Amino acid sequence: MIKGYVHSIQTLGTLDGPGVRFVVFTQGCNLRCSCCHNPDTWNYNDRTQFAPEEIVKRVKRYKEYFGDEGGITFSGGEPLLQADFVYETFRLCHLEGINTCLDTSGSVLNDSVVKLLGETDVVLLDVKYTSDDLYKKHVGCDMDRVLRFLDVLQERNIKTIIRQVVIPTVNDYEENFLKLKELVDRYTVVQKVELLPFKNICTTKYDMLNIDFPFRDIPLPKESDMQKYQNMVKNTLPK
Amino acid sequence: MEHINWTGFKGTTWKENIDVRDFIQSNYKEYTGDYSFLAKATDRTKALMKKLQALFAIERQFGGVLDIDTSTVSTLTAFAPGYLDKENELIVGLQTNRPLKRGVNPFGGMRMVKQACEAYGYKLSSKVQEEFRFRTTHNEGVYRTYTDEMRDARKCHVITGLPDAYGRGRIIGDYRRVALYGVDKLIEEKKKDKKTLAYDVLNSDNIKLTEELYQQIAFLGSLKEMAEMYGFDISQPASNAKEAIQWTYFAYLGAIKEQNGAAMSLGRVSTFFDIYIERDIENGILDETGAQELIDDFVMKLRMARHLRTPEYNELFGGDPMWITEAVGGMGEDGRTLVTKSSYRVLNTLYTLGSSPEPNLTVLWSNRLPHNFKKFCAKVSADTDSIQYENDEVMRPIYGDDYAIACCVSAMRVGKQMQFFGARCNLAKLLLIAINGGYDADSGMHIGPQYEPMTVDKLDYDAVMERYDVYIKWLSELYVKTMNVIHYMHDKYAYEKIQMALHDTSVERFMAFGIAGLSVVADSLSAIKYANVKPITNEDGFVVGFDTKGDFPKYGNDDDRVDTIAKEMTHKVITELRKTPAYRDAIHTLSVLTITSNVMYGKNTGATPDGREAGMPFAPGANPMHNREENGALASLNSVAKLSYDDCRDGISNTFSITPQALGRTEDERIDNLVSILDGYFAKKAHHININVLNRETLMKAYEDPESYPNLTIRVSGYAVNFNKLSREQQREVISRTFHEAL
Repeated sequence: MIKGYVHSIQTLGTLDGPGVRFVVFTQGCNLRCSCCHNPDTWNYNDRTQFAPEEIVKRVKRYKEYFGDEGGITFSGGEPLLQADFVYETFRLCHLEGINTCLDTSGSVLNDSVVKLLGETDVVLLDVKYTSDDLYKKHVGCDMDRVLRFLDVLQERNIKTIIRQVVIPTVNDYEENFLKLKELVDRYTVVQKVELLPFKNICTTKYDMLNIDFPFRDIPLPKESDMQKYQNMVKNTLPK
Repeated sequence: MEHINWTGFKGTTWKENIDVRDFIQSNYKEYTGDYSFLAKATDRTKALMKKLQALFAIERQFGGVLDIDTSTVSTLTAFAPGYLDKENELIVGLQTNRPLKRGVNPFGGMRMVKQACEAYGYKLSSKVQEEFRFRTTHNEGVYRTYTDEMRDARKCHVITGLPDAYGRGRIIGDYRRVALYGVDKLIEEKKKDKKTLAYDVLNSDNIKLTEELYQQIAFLGSLKEMAEMYGFDISQPASNAKEAIQWTYFAYLGAIKEQNGAAMSLGRVSTFFDIYIERDIENGILDETGAQELIDDFVMKLRMARHLRTPEYNELFGGDPMWITEAVGGMGEDGRTLVTKSSYRVLNTLYTLGSSPEPNLTVLWSNRLPHNFKKFCAKVSADTDSIQYENDEVMRPIYGDDYAIACCVSAMRVGKQMQFFGARCNLAKLLLIAINGGYDADSGMHIGPQYEPMTVDKLDYDAVMERYDVYIKWLSELYVKTMNVIHYMHDKYAYEKIQMALHDTSVERFMAFGIAGLSVVADSLSAIKYANVKPITNEDGFVVGFDTKGDFPKYGNDDDRVDTIAKEMTHKVITELRKTPAYRDAIHTLSVLTITSNVMYGKNTGATPDGREAGMPFAPGANPMHNREENGALASLNSVAKLSYDDCRDGISNTFSITPQALGRTEDERIDNLVSILDGYFAKKAHHININVLNRETLMKAYEDPESYPNLTIRVSGYAVNFNKLSREQQREVISRTFHEAL
């Protein structure tokens, strides 16, 4: 039986996908993003293992809260690294009529992932930067991988929400937002773009884990700037 | 009988009998639209409110009490008419001759009144004390009768907050009857009942009831006199919306002049008012602005209601509350919603007049409520933290569709049922007493059945449960008997004449018991069952603490292993209580509600096996203990939802605080998500929830700098308070509670 490594479960998630969601944070990540706020999910280690049935048994207890839009979200870590486990969980969720959502970097693409997308209703795709240089420098992978993932979402017509963390001095330049909008306009599956303000409350987590946090000294974005950027990326094409 | 003031109203049954529900059902117009029709506060309203705010500020500066009339005993007609602004008020009537001035009401007990006066720098006039020299107060009656064991249980705080020295409250008169029928008709009906009763067996019950009817009739007469002093004749039915609201308010005012009851709840008036407002609007004599003004003025009056209480009382029930609870919304038995435009108007007062703890606005939630109304409620919650929600779907099948809420969570049919309020017993302390074999280490008193203390290396779950059962049995019997004494004496010496005059003569009674410390007990028993709990003894061989090693399931994580313990505990307690008959054949009910007394209960309770240190507060009501939740907010809600309303018919209170950020990114998302959470929680058959949407930092700032946050309102346990009116200790406890935050 397939089991998954799970970091933690948050029964009330309102920020990771539409509506009220049961969020499963998987353990293990293939990337080492400088802006990561969950460094405690990087390593595979002896975290709790769950069978898909166990997750479904728990998520079912919250069905009444999901309303029309909510459901389950897999976040991480990188859930695509455990695609078979997530696939099986989503498949069982669908049998229960529970909406499924994946929060991912889009940096893994293989047969298991494609199969998983077949049971995925919504994808929250992190497009961390719009330049390959920044991707290489602060993520550790090619941007092209993420674009190829987006192509697959387009082909399979999966509702997509693009997310980007606005990191002052790193990606808060005008060209970035213009490029992001250009990108979004090319994909009709993209429902909206959510810009999220960079936060540094994870600094304590880094300190506890004794890991260097490269963005420790980066200032927080201003509320007014966030509004301005959000207007710049607002998608204008009829979908 | 067809009264001219009823022109345009449909239906027949209500015209022949006193039946307000039938009047509502025959005439109300449900409203399913959104809130865009609502009017803003007029300049008149704003000016009046400004005047009132200034008085509130002085009251705060004076330490919480603006003024006391120490020489006049509060009765319906003792005070000359008082006004906030006579020329501009639409609804009139004050408890005394001046706004916010408090009267004295020694019928519940003289000592409390004396102490309350002294606490605020006044001295109760000797005239009042002289007047009561040859009168027995409720308090005196109780203490003539209490057994030694009852006194001991009270003294060691295993039962506390009992209404043996103050008015019991929790009775809701059907104040609407005065507006619909006029007082003369009500007197006529009561006279008929009294006559009929004379043909029955004249046993002590019927003789008692006959005398009560005499008192009810006399006080209905006083109520008319009181209204006359303000220039109104309320002998006949109200002829328009303004009169309907004024008549209803006079009835409520009469009740709070007569009684200094703990909770003096209003009932369910907004949809009743709506019928009059709609008729006036159709007749072209009222518009939306005018309608909102009437509701605003009425609510302003409710916000001015005050009772004189002692500092000890405030320790139990912090924030100077009156629990002027108004039940809003809900569904009718025929499937139509009872939401009307006036349901919106009364919630709208939180905008027109600003947020406020009173009246205690309580939305009766059903998944079938109009979606627009749900969204409006969620918006009001997010903006003002001033409303609570209770599950219409679990209450309506029991109480019908014209019930209201007394105090925080106590449902009853308006005008047909009442309750004998019984505060609560301390289940956590009882567990410690059980482990110590009938010794309370906190007070040093021996109480209950006597056994050897359980001084073993590891507490055994079955052994502890067996022992605990003995003590639950013992306490339950004692608790019922104590309540019987209290309510016998309250009926005898401080009978609620106006409120009971606004009930059917044949009334159904509940006896409402309560428990505190449920989550502490559940976690403690879970620790004993799943971890290693070693009792720590003192030199006398009594258990004074615990060494708990290992992990154990904690209530609040949707973990059946411990949630079942909590659920079974409530079942066990109510089952034991039912074994001792209650005074006047009352039906035993149970609540899991602490108000702010969870702080005081904790203070008087030693360390518990769950790791809670001696003296630390309990969680309020049915809440999980602070910061023991590991799976987020919905898991915590699911745990509370497992407690059965069948066992806890007097209500299960849960207070939920969440940061705006954790509810969603935009206001629309936050509103939609809050609606989903409420729908989900109540679909799980949960009973009650207080919603606070705020950041801990706001409370911390208000703690440091109260002057900058004069109107900060938060929901605590079944009611709302002005944060600044809580004691420092209560404020710290509120701040330390779990806030569900975004990750």
